[in-house]
Amino acid sequence: MTRPTDTAPTTVAAEAAGRHRAANAAGDARPAKGDLLTVDDVHVRFHTRNGVVHAVEGVSLTLREGEVLAVVGESGSGKTVFTRRVMGLISGSRETDVEGTVTFDGITLSDLDAKGLAGVWGKEIALVLQDPMTSLNPVKRIGAQITETLVLHHKLSKQDANARAVELLRSVGLSEPERRVRQYPHELSGGMRQRVTIAIALSCSPRLLLADEPTTALDVTVQAQILDLLGDLQSRLGMAMLLVTHDLRVVRSRSDRIAVMYAGRIVETAPTKDLFDAPRMPYTEALMNAVPPITGPNHVRLAVIPGRPPNLLSPPSGCRFSPRCPYAQDRCLTEEPPLRPASELPGGGIEGHSYRCWYPVGTPENAEARRRNVERGETAAGTPVTGEMVPA
Amino acid sequence: MSSTTDMSTDTGSVLEKTRDDRSADDVVLRLEDLVVEFPAGAGQVVHAVSGINLEVRRGETLGLVGESGCGKSTTGRAIMQLPRPTGGSVHFDGRDLAALSPEEVRKLRPKLQMIFQDPISSLNPRRRIPDIVGDPLVVWGRGADKDKVVPDVLRAVGLDPDQVADRRPHQFSGGQCQRVSIARALVLEPEVLICDEPVSALDVSVQAQILNLLEDMKARYGLTLVFIAHDLGVVRNISDRVAVMYLGRICELGPTEALFDAPVHPYTRLLVSSIPSMEGAQRGEVGTGEMPSPVSPPSGCRFRTRCPLATDRCADEVPQMREVAPGRFTACHHPVLDTAVGEPIAPAVTAVPTTPLTASNGAGSNGAGSNGAASSRTES
Amino acid sequence: MPDIRKTSTQSLEKVSATDTDALDSEVTSVDLDLVEPITGNTATEPVKARRTRTPIGWYLAWFWIAAVVISAIFAPLLPLWDPAVPDYNNVFGGITPEHWLGGDTLGRDNLSRIIYGARASLLVGICAVLLGAVVGGILGMMAGYFRGRTERVLSLVTDVVLAFPGLVLIIAIVAILGASLTNLIVGLAILSVPTFIRLARATTLVVTQREFVHAARAYGAKPMRIILREIAPNVVMPIAAYGFIMVGVFIVVEGSLSFLGLGIPPPTPSWGGMIAGGRTQLIEYPHISLIPAAVMFLTVLAINYVGERSRKLFEVRESNL
Repeated sequence: MTRPTDTAPTTVAAEAAGRHRAANAAGDARPAKGDLLTVDDVHVRFHTRNGVVHAVEGVSLTLREGEVLAVVGESGSGKTVFTRRVMGLISGSRETDVEGTVTFDGITLSDLDAKGLAGVWGKEIALVLQDPMTSLNPVKRIGAQITETLVLHHKLSKQDANARAVELLRSVGLSEPERRVRQYPHELSGGMRQRVTIAIALSCSPRLLLADEPTTALDVTVQAQILDLLGDLQSRLGMAMLLVTHDLRVVRSRSDRIAVMYAGRIVETAPTKDLFDAPRMPYTEALMNAVPPITGPNHVRLAVIPGRPPNLLSPPSGCRFSPRCPYAQDRCLTEEPPLRPASELPGGGIEGHSYRCWYPVGTPENAEARRRNVERGETAAGTPVTGEMVPA
Repeated sequence: MSSTTDMSTDTGSVLEKTRDDRSADDVVLRLEDLVVEFPAGAGQVVHAVSGINLEVRRGETLGLVGESGCGKSTTGRAIMQLPRPTGGSVHFDGRDLAALSPEEVRKLRPKLQMIFQDPISSLNPRRRIPDIVGDPLVVWGRGADKDKVVPDVLRAVGLDPDQVADRRPHQFSGGQCQRVSIARALVLEPEVLICDEPVSALDVSVQAQILNLLEDMKARYGLTLVFIAHDLGVVRNISDRVAVMYLGRICELGPTEALFDAPVHPYTRLLVSSIPSMEGAQRGEVGTGEMPSPVSPPSGCRFRTRCPLATDRCADEVPQMREVAPGRFTACHHPVLDTAVGEPIAPAVTAVPTTPLTASNGAGSNGAGSNGAASSRTES
Repeated sequence: MPDIRKTSTQSLEKVSATDTDALDSEVTSVDLDLVEPITGNTATEPVKARRTRTPIGWYLAWFWIAAVVISAIFAPLLPLWDPAVPDYNNVFGGITPEHWLGGDTLGRDNLSRIIYGARASLLVGICAVLLGAVVGGILGMMAGYFRGRTERVLSLVTDVVLAFPGLVLIIAIVAILGASLTNLIVGLAILSVPTFIRLARATTLVVTQREFVHAARAYGAKPMRIILREIAPNVVMPIAAYGFIMVGVFIVVEGSLSFLGLGIPPPTPSWGGMIAGGRTQLIEYPHISLIPAAVMFLTVLAINYVGERSRKLFEVRESNL
């Protein structure tokens, strides 16, 4: 990965990495070795005027130390609600039901109240959001926003904190950090602001970084810079990262594992390379094909996913993707497939790859289902099937 | 920067001398030295578009690509005369829109239509779908045709006229609203359709539907498309030719595949190599910095502050648009030739084999003729 | 990272609430797919929707408003005493089976006068607001759409009228043209026009930025058509919500003017006139002033409550569009 700027690795980074190693060596009562964040069977339901929205349905994930896990989904997939639940920004209330547990390093976050969460936030878990303007205070200088935490958590003197702030800004590739600390957020460009929020996130050397669509609001050339910066810092500091995005392409070279969400559920999860090489869930396959290619001839007829993401007020029965799936059979309409490991497939899938489908892509059953649908011209759900729908 | 350097820009006549030199009536839309400026308060001026020359041929899809703030959407709106550009001219079907009265421009509007980025905001929330789609007909006194034409257009864009009859926009998804917008733009059977980021607000799975629909509509209605977008994959797929914009100027123009596979302008290279790819890792260099403010753009070449090849000359001279290969134009002092994306770029391109432009340059700089800067620009 | 933590702790409830709204908007979009029919195989969740309970005050307020309006409209049909005819057995009268709310200083029936007074109060309030909203709305939309000179001139007029003390203006109108229902309505309407101009202008500025307005210009619609067909329907709702509250304000203003003798001239009953009529006997017979005052208080309270709440509901719905 290319370093976007000419800055030298800083002591901040080195210290942080050292701290983590020391903590690991101490080896105090950790649950499973290396599991940093465990999400177990999380449900979120909203009660609205029009009925119940089951936004997240039984999502389980594990994030190991130093790992980058990407959660990918379109709008309405529940990824945002899921992330907010993990962050503790959504809790149970009269309109909201939450179930399941979120455990961070032995602490059950989902049981903590706002005060308890505050102890973990910032110190252990840091956050980078889509719009840096919302996480920066518009009437405070950049420097003050960084030193505030340092003085609070690390009991640094004002002077040391200032020096550290400059150092942090340099480590995230901001030019002229001495000048930046005296500026206000509105004086910076979008990419520079995102660098500042990353600097603030790093100020307490967190062990987990939650990045919710960190580059969606940015231009493509800046997006590449920020993603590289995040990846670079992540590997240097040994942080774990949960990267939430709608764009499969941006996580291709920047994640260890990917979880694809659809209609509130994880429909496929796999090591990144394996997911791209051999997707099993038809939705993942369709998502990859729907992106216009950047090589090859132009005016290519794009593979279309018919219909649109389901209405979570009344999700389809059976497999949630069945109304849009080119392979759908009768079984898909009635029975919801469980999350099954790919290693059970005859071809022998990779460890850690699981999917939710009765007719997984790349199997004889899938080919047979496709043949049957093409023959009758429509899927079991009544969606028309043409030869061009998915490249065979 | 001084206003003199700012004014002189690429020359229109270069573009007229395109290689395959089609007949003049083949060009449906021609922008000459188009300038759009907005007041930015405190006496400052936003130089949104600073002298663009561009030709759109009948029946083609011209992609206009660039990052936010590069002036691509402003260019689209300037073509529509919404608002009228600050300077330069827009020739549509051989008529200079700048020279026409507002009423004459209005009379031409049915031939020149536009669809917008935000599908929800494009439709009046208080009106019903058939009224929205039929309104252009009513405006042009063809309200009687409404019941016949509107259902046809709705069917063409893939909507069932019976089912949308009593619906209002908020009852539809983004993709469907964009179909309604397209139907409204097509109901007057325009010649040119300007698409301003038509799919960037949509989910990936819906994007493809709309892109395919636009291709279908282009064939069915014989449209010429100007397709404005920041997503290079989308532009690459739909366009015949692509113009890359940076900070109010066009830096490269060429046939889609050639431009994407071997970009000539350093900015195009940066842009293309920044695309996250489905196939694998990044294809090349990652740049630094961001686009400067259009309130005070850099002197000379506007990309020089981020350009790895920049020299003193780039700060002094505004690079002229010139043909570096058949059909391929760039405005750069140091174009990168014969190098695919991902390969390291060789700087020090001093002797570029370019078409001599002296003759056409003299004619073309008429837009900036009042200032002497343009004349000293040509390399001998 | 103090800011982020602050967000996380402070907005625990807030976020979940707004989130529901956001989801709401997503799911209210009707499940109607024409291009690609989604099959009807949907799993019906057995969980029942929990509704946010509507406060009882909402119903009480509507009930009160409805009671006042209906009785005012059908006053001549109701078995009431003539509001203008004194009953000499009822001078300063208390609550009796004949006169449910007693009588005033001349022995006229209080209930009858309150109901007939509601006609005057509501008529003034509603007509003045309608007149002000229509004139102000149109001028405001023109200012917001055309900008430039139109806007500058209208802003100047608005500023001048707003800088003029309202009461003095009304007194001047009444002094010159005489006290009458029409003059009062016109005077109040003039007072309200600047605020409506400002509201309509601000809303128009926002609406004009929306792309459907650009689209209408792009297909050649003329300005008046755009204002009436595209902008007006979107400006009406905020104006109506504000106008509703203004009705309440004007009822109080009419009351105050009548109290000062500048309102509706006697013997036409009005609430302000009734309060004024009883003020000399306030110590011995407080009910003569207090009953109409209470009715006015409750009416204005109900109108404000309904107006405020419906404005909020409306705002939420707007943001979903």
